[in-house]
Amino acid sequence: MTVLQKKSDNPIEHLTPEDIELIGKELDEIRQGVMDSRGESDARYIRKVIDVHRKIELGSRAVLLASGFPPAWIAGTIGLSIAKILENMEIGHNILHGQWDWMRDPKIHSTTWEWDMASPAEQWKHSHNELHHTYTNVIGKDNDLGYGIMRVDEDQPWIPMYLGQPLWSFINACFFEYGIAAYDLELGAVIAKKQTGDPEFRRRAKQVLVKIGRQVRKDYLIHPLLSGPNFVATLAANFTANIVRNLWSNSVILCGHFPEGVETFEKKSIDGETRGEWYLRQMLGSANISGSKAMHILTGNLSHQIEHHLFPDLPSNRYAEIAPKIRDLFDRYGLNYHTAPLPQQVGSAWHKIIRLSLPNGWLQNTTARNLPSQVAKLWKMTTGAPKVRRALIREQAAMAAAA
Amino acid sequence: MTATVPRPTAAKPALRVLRDRVLRVAELVTTPLLPADYLDLIDPLRSGAALRGRIEAVLPETRDAATVVIRPGADWQPHRPGQYVRIGIDVDGVRMWRAYSITSDLGRTDGCFTVTVKAIPGGKVSNHLVRSTRPGTIVQLDQATGDFCLPEQRPDKALFVTAGSGITPVMGILRNHPELTDVVLVHSAPTPDDVVFGAELRQLAADGRIRLVEQHTDTAGMLDAAALAALVPDLAERATWACGPVGMLEALEEHWAAAGIADRLYTERFRPKVLVTGEGGTVTFTKNGTSLEADGATPILDAAEEAGVLMPSGCRMGICYGCVLPLREGAVRDLRTGEVTTAAPGDGVLVQTCISAAAGACDIDH
Repeated sequence: MTVLQKKSDNPIEHLTPEDIELIGKELDEIRQGVMDSRGESDARYIRKVIDVHRKIELGSRAVLLASGFPPAWIAGTIGLSIAKILENMEIGHNILHGQWDWMRDPKIHSTTWEWDMASPAEQWKHSHNELHHTYTNVIGKDNDLGYGIMRVDEDQPWIPMYLGQPLWSFINACFFEYGIAAYDLELGAVIAKKQTGDPEFRRRAKQVLVKIGRQVRKDYLIHPLLSGPNFVATLAANFTANIVRNLWSNSVILCGHFPEGVETFEKKSIDGETRGEWYLRQMLGSANISGSKAMHILTGNLSHQIEHHLFPDLPSNRYAEIAPKIRDLFDRYGLNYHTAPLPQQVGSAWHKIIRLSLPNGWLQNTTARNLPSQVAKLWKMTTGAPKVRRALIREQAAMAAAA
Repeated sequence: MTATVPRPTAAKPALRVLRDRVLRVAELVTTPLLPADYLDLIDPLRSGAALRGRIEAVLPETRDAATVVIRPGADWQPHRPGQYVRIGIDVDGVRMWRAYSITSDLGRTDGCFTVTVKAIPGGKVSNHLVRSTRPGTIVQLDQATGDFCLPEQRPDKALFVTAGSGITPVMGILRNHPELTDVVLVHSAPTPDDVVFGAELRQLAADGRIRLVEQHTDTAGMLDAAALAALVPDLAERATWACGPVGMLEALEEHWAAAGIADRLYTERFRPKVLVTGEGGTVTFTKNGTSLEADGATPILDAAEEAGVLMPSGCRMGICYGCVLPLREGAVRDLRTGEVTTAAPGDGVLVQTCISAAAGACDIDH
């Protein structure tokens, strides 16, 4: 992948500026249609999801009091995982987007909600709603692209450190909520710039630590203690549920912007961007997941990532209804509506993580037959003198380009 | 029955302290939610919960008015007759708050109270309550409030002047104060059938408890203050309570003031009197980060709620001060008086958002 502007087969070359503004207009109308029809059934939907979540969580926590009994451990852990997934995805993420603010219910409002997550809602809203949703897939602006620790684009120079990318991506996936918290704090940048003494950073870091403290105390101390003799089993169940939830949300988020074929953009391309152009960037920079209704709910309807990115503040239960209209719009303007089942999208995203962890072209050039020689070259690229490394990197890229 | 009902303590202090402690410990278990979030699943009307009520019945009164029977939560404190209650109800999924006078008898044994609502044309909440609300609906409540009540020292002679739904607080008073012996009620409604509580009022008149004068405005036109004086010759001797449209109240206030008996007149308004409107401007909520364009006729409260900002609110007519927020910079206009309030950068002038409109750009600390 390379930023859209540098591609030889630019997928939006056929669109005139007028086309792009017309797309914007159509999208505005679709949005207005949903805004005008928001009402009681939508309110009932989110309250129902919240109600179901609370009951599943209560039930699972109750069952886990007997977690020493293996069937109880299994049932409780599955229930708690589902509850945590619902809470983070369909409930927390979407409420914090302000999708339900229109109900004017102070208990279900983006300014009052707090979620079962290491990152405090306040900080996440800034990094997610303001930065990621505004600068979606703009290299150097959208930190969601690789969370600042990954090589996400061919144009980023390869260095040997990136070989570890699949491993640390997996570790990040397992402890995703802490990764998000660190990322919302911009911890990496703050440490790199030696700004850890900054009072504002300290204030926010303290918020995060307090939040993590509460979360950890609940899952790894209080609930295990309540289980009495089953302390360890409950602790293990809660740990498992958190890992399951983390892996799930990480997968869903990878699917949203990371599968092969999703476009990225240059920083300067968004200077003076019109509303139509912003919409177009969201359309090309997002990917959907196809599947059942249950799957859509468990992904927080981020399976409709394209619709979500076009209209982040529309109630999530309405994305499915507008998806056919959006797809029709893509078709009419000759754009690629990127959608595939979950395993395929997850596979595609991980393929890209692995491919980019290697020098450009290496994976493409490697076959079963030349594997030994390619591995030897990779070794030299990793350990050789700078001159040797540069030559080999160029060679791989040239080989891939020739093929 | 006396007007000052002693306010019972909702729970014994010691018990309440203990309960609060237990809930604080329980927060360790429920974080990031509160124990109340789970307890609400079981009993939304329990003691200690946010004050709510359950609608038990909606009883039609006239073609466009109905009495809503509400079972309040355990922490509800009995009202004084004539007071109103603020009710928050979800209409088309949107939480809306309105104030309604309480009409029920304090002696009810079922623990419920009633409000009587007249559907006004275009009124979202009133139409919803009268026509669409189903029993079982949970509504949000505030404690009853308001001063449209009889004084401790009962007047020997009383006059009530009401129009339309203005009868509701007066009905609350008449039902609860049988000790009033010399009462005149002058009530205006378009037709005899439009008189809310028509049958009950006529029965009270037949029993000799009140003298009832009905003015049917479709045929007889509006009643002015002079006609009222002719109808009630001993008007100056009576303590008078009036509730109805703004125009009527103003006419009465003028008449009473001219007669030098303004202190004998108590009025109750349902809506603020909008006197002037200004030029509007950009309203910025500094903490929330929302900016919106508000015109000079719309209260900042309404404009902000329309834009999805969660605002403190109260009576929505400029009396309870439940909506007050600091104006950090800019100018707002009081819609009732036209008075402009300005704040220099950094100031924290407290303004009532429910009756203030933007008079230029303003920053509000919220």
